[in-house]
Amino acid sequence: MVDPHHAAEVAVHSSQLLRWIPFIPLLGAAVNFLLGTRIQSRAGRGGVAAVAIGSSLASFVLVVISFFSLLAFDEHSRLVIDTVAPWIHIGSLNVDIGFQFDPLSAVMTLVITGIGSLIHIYSYGYMDDEPAAWRFFALLNLFMFAMLTLVLGDSLLLMFVGWEGVGLCSWALIGFWHQDHVNTTAGNKAFIVNRIGDFGFVLGVFLLFWSLDSAGQATVVFRELPALVGGLDGMLLWGVPVVTLITLFLFVGATGKSAQIPLFVWLPDAMAGPTPVSALIHAATMVTAGVYMIGRLSFLFAMAPATLEVVAIIAAATAFFAATIGIAQNDIKKVLAYSTVSQLGYMFIAMGVGAWAAGIFHLVTHAFFKACLFLGSGSVIHAMHHEQDMRRMGGLRHYMPRTFWTFLIATVAIAGVPGTAGFFSKDEILWNAYLHSPALWFMGFLSAGITAFYMFRLVFMTFYGECRADEHTREHLHESSGWMTWPLVILAVGSLFAGFLGVPAALGGSNAFAHFLEPVVGHMEHSGHHSLALEYGLMAASVGIAGLGILLAWLIYVKKVFSAESLARIGGGWPHRVFLNKYYVDELYGATVLRGTMGLSTLFAWFDRTVVDGVVNGSAYVTRIGATLSGVFDFRVVDGLVNLTADAIHAFGGVVRRVQTGSLNTYLYVIVVVVAAVLFAGTWK
Amino acid sequence: MDHILTYMTFIPLAGMAVILCMPRGATKAIRLTALGFTIPPLLMAVWLFANFDRTTEAMQFMERAQWIPSFNIQYIMGVDGLSVTMILLTALLCPICILASWNIEKGVKGYFALFLLLDAGMTGVFCALDFFLFYIFWEVMLLPMYFLIGIWGGERREYAAIKFFLYTLAGSVLMMIAMLALYFYNEPHTFDMLVLMDNAGTYSRTFQTWTWLALFIGFAIKIPAFPFHTWLPDAHVEAPTAISVILAGVLLKMGTYGILRFCYPMLPLATQDMAFWALAALGTWNIVYGALCAMAQTDMKKLVAYSSISHMGYVMLGMATMTVQGINGAVLQMFNHGTITAMLFLLVGVVYDRAHHRRIDGFGGLASVMPVYTGIMVIAFFAAMGLPGLSAFISEVLVLLGAWQYSPALAIVAASAVVLTAGYMLWMLQRVWLGPVNEEYASMPDVNAREIVMLAPLAVIVIVLGVYPHAVLDLINTSLTAINNTVLSAVPPLASLPLDVLP
Repeated sequence: MVDPHHAAEVAVHSSQLLRWIPFIPLLGAAVNFLLGTRIQSRAGRGGVAAVAIGSSLASFVLVVISFFSLLAFDEHSRLVIDTVAPWIHIGSLNVDIGFQFDPLSAVMTLVITGIGSLIHIYSYGYMDDEPAAWRFFALLNLFMFAMLTLVLGDSLLLMFVGWEGVGLCSWALIGFWHQDHVNTTAGNKAFIVNRIGDFGFVLGVFLLFWSLDSAGQATVVFRELPALVGGLDGMLLWGVPVVTLITLFLFVGATGKSAQIPLFVWLPDAMAGPTPVSALIHAATMVTAGVYMIGRLSFLFAMAPATLEVVAIIAAATAFFAATIGIAQNDIKKVLAYSTVSQLGYMFIAMGVGAWAAGIFHLVTHAFFKACLFLGSGSVIHAMHHEQDMRRMGGLRHYMPRTFWTFLIATVAIAGVPGTAGFFSKDEILWNAYLHSPALWFMGFLSAGITAFYMFRLVFMTFYGECRADEHTREHLHESSGWMTWPLVILAVGSLFAGFLGVPAALGGSNAFAHFLEPVVGHMEHSGHHSLALEYGLMAASVGIAGLGILLAWLIYVKKVFSAESLARIGGGWPHRVFLNKYYVDELYGATVLRGTMGLSTLFAWFDRTVVDGVVNGSAYVTRIGATLSGVFDFRVVDGLVNLTADAIHAFGGVVRRVQTGSLNTYLYVIVVVVAAVLFAGTWK
Repeated sequence: MDHILTYMTFIPLAGMAVILCMPRGATKAIRLTALGFTIPPLLMAVWLFANFDRTTEAMQFMERAQWIPSFNIQYIMGVDGLSVTMILLTALLCPICILASWNIEKGVKGYFALFLLLDAGMTGVFCALDFFLFYIFWEVMLLPMYFLIGIWGGERREYAAIKFFLYTLAGSVLMMIAMLALYFYNEPHTFDMLVLMDNAGTYSRTFQTWTWLALFIGFAIKIPAFPFHTWLPDAHVEAPTAISVILAGVLLKMGTYGILRFCYPMLPLATQDMAFWALAALGTWNIVYGALCAMAQTDMKKLVAYSSISHMGYVMLGMATMTVQGINGAVLQMFNHGTITAMLFLLVGVVYDRAHHRRIDGFGGLASVMPVYTGIMVIAFFAAMGLPGLSAFISEVLVLLGAWQYSPALAIVAASAVVLTAGYMLWMLQRVWLGPVNEEYASMPDVNAREIVMLAPLAVIVIVLGVYPHAVLDLINTSLTAINNTVLSAVPPLASLPLDVLP
């Protein structure tokens, strides 16, 4: 591990430009939230869209400017900070509202604002009959703000603001069409499952903070951390190295946000949101937050090999399982959703083996082709009058050629066909996985084949063969407007060429991407030396299995050499049923966690009503009867009350209510208590 | 401004006198008068906020006069960071509650007169620095509350009011015992709270323990801490909206305020001994228990009431940690809970005014019918969930951060409630506001100007304090650090050691 930060040598630059990268979209959101209805009724949908697209583009321009000024700095002093205002300064906790821009933030913000702006533009075409467009665009802008805060925030706490902020926007946008309970339930599920992850995340932050505190100096500010985390070496909690615990807690957060096992269940449901939302939030940006977080804290994760092992295993399992589920889905967006889960698995494999730059590289290429795929599917869904079942599509390439071609290019890229973006980034990951453990590589390798298969299955079912739509839909089939297709074209170009940012040395490249990121994430040295022949061999193998997947899909869905139905019956049909029903994980969670919590909640509420309150009412009742019985011996009862404790006060209340001698009783009682207290205190002295 | 605290306390009382002289039928004039008499304290609160010295833990704006010299009872008023924050909250919520009471038609004169009496009592409680005076204000507050619930409440108002009254009375009696014990323990006898604090080093451990328990139970009823909490859901469900706001916004805070004002500085040894079980463990239990109970509720107000029990648990946990973060987080949480829960009750009141019921499953789709209302509601709900960027996030993070230092196990249990809170809040949000429009309420009017005026300031505060929490933290930090240090540095008095063997 090369120490990426030489704290003493790093010259810190400062620029007040930085804050406007997140603030401009925030302003856009504020304008549309507060004035959106008025703008929309005066200037139409175009008015609110202009505000949103404008602020997103402005933010993009600022990112580009910041990026180039970053490039102008010396490689090891590429860090710009902008401290806006003090935030929380209590005891040893000192956090400001501050942003930082370094190569990693630069990559992330370029993706977020670049692809984000394209999706904003696309949305104008997609939401063409939406009466609440103002709310949609306001939320998109708010999301941009939160996401940019996530990647620009200079401390774990500010990152967490973005982290949960994107969750809020995700919730609101999944349930954007809130009259349908399916959508809002999906939104709630997303938020609550993410909260489980966030719960782990904050615990990780707390443990990090106090461990650093006991090591000498506590901080949650990123640029101060690398110099201090060394103090955590050898520290134990519950018999486990604290670094391992901290990173495991943080990784729980990542599994929530980035939809990894065991918290991936929300992402497929999140497809209930409008498709541009799926592209922006649930493919290109938000779901990669966990990968970014590990990249940002790579120096910490590098200290915890046990955690990295867990990350790699979970990631490989997620990549594989999600891919298998993708085979059996018929909803075009569901296929893409599981594909996203699977591809995020690849990114985490990279993080788990310490190939930080490779993980981020795949994040970038994936953002291009997956955004293109989602927007392409949105174009299809839009043309099909919100039909999402691929069994009722087919032959669409004749009706919407531009959508088809861009979709095909992105599919080729995700399948890892040589030369495309997906090829370079996936191969970088697989190569690094192999260096770590051939078993890990094998999981990734198998998943690559499955990916190629289900993606081409999707393409063939949607764009090839006979159109299976009903008459009415077919008549209205049309290519989408330029607002939607031009973003597709740009993203398709990116899907083809973004890979050239990081051509590995083995293929004669210089891996400029990894080199650019190195000052932030460093790289882990692998022991031993591997031959170039091995690298080529592995490359050929993954290209081969991808080709096999494509061929299989072609034989089944175009040539119909085997029928899909007969394949589904293999093994008595249960493998297909398991894939189709997503391994019954939702059912499992429903029966355990959900029912358990609801049961506990019902039990507690019952306990509260009958037991706790029952004791209260019961004691009041019992003492009231007693009071009635002894009502004849009024004064003697009062005397007797002296010996009772607080419970007796209820009895007394009963007397007050039943008999009209309340005030006298009160005074007597109070006097007696006072005297008792005086005596009590007096004997003490 | 000399005697500002006295003015703040007694101006509402003068308002009550004025209202009592007004004709019964002049309802509009009575409402305006009531509003008029809550505005000056609000302006004075703003002045206090501007002029409060944030660098000292000493009491400020002190007033002192002899009251009943034969018993050494004095009229002492003064504020430190802890009490000034609570006064700000009270002064802010009272005019809002008057606005929220605008639709009260029954016994208008009596209602607003009692409300102003309540206002005076609450302000007095936070200003008083003489235990006897404090006790008087405490009892003054109880009386109007009983009538406001018992007369203007819902169907089971009498049950709720008597339950509230008896519970609080039980607490008051215990508090009085503790007060007298402290009075007689000190030589010369005194109710002067500053003296009682200064002499804390001379109180024996046994004395402290018993006095602490008496005070604690009294205050725990107010918080309300399990198992003394069952008066709260009943009181909330029956109370009119504004009274629920006061109840949750201000009265609950008196429990935790009392612990920090009396138990911590006066009985530090007992605080050290008791904090774990009575505050930290019980507070954590409150957090989880309240959240789980809230999830099962079918009445909106009951749900918010149980969420209050859960959120007040953070206050208990935070102060128990005796870390700078925890104790600051606790008091910030008191303020934040005051504003957020006030919003929640006001929002429930808005639909209750229109639909005359509060069943969670009786609505549906209000977001389509009342968009502005829904926008404000989303802010309040997510604030209650502790969404970063909004006020409660800061206080909950500070509390949990402190809690982790104190006991990671408790911190983990307490933090798990963030999931439960999101669960019950979002579930209620979905059932009431989202989904297909319920035809019965398809023409329900959106919030009117009066309702926006009462909700908007709170929404702004919730957002501002999420970004700039030091508006409150600066007020409280110095005082709380001092209180915290008193407890941390307390050692048993040598002279009184032999007395410890006494019962």
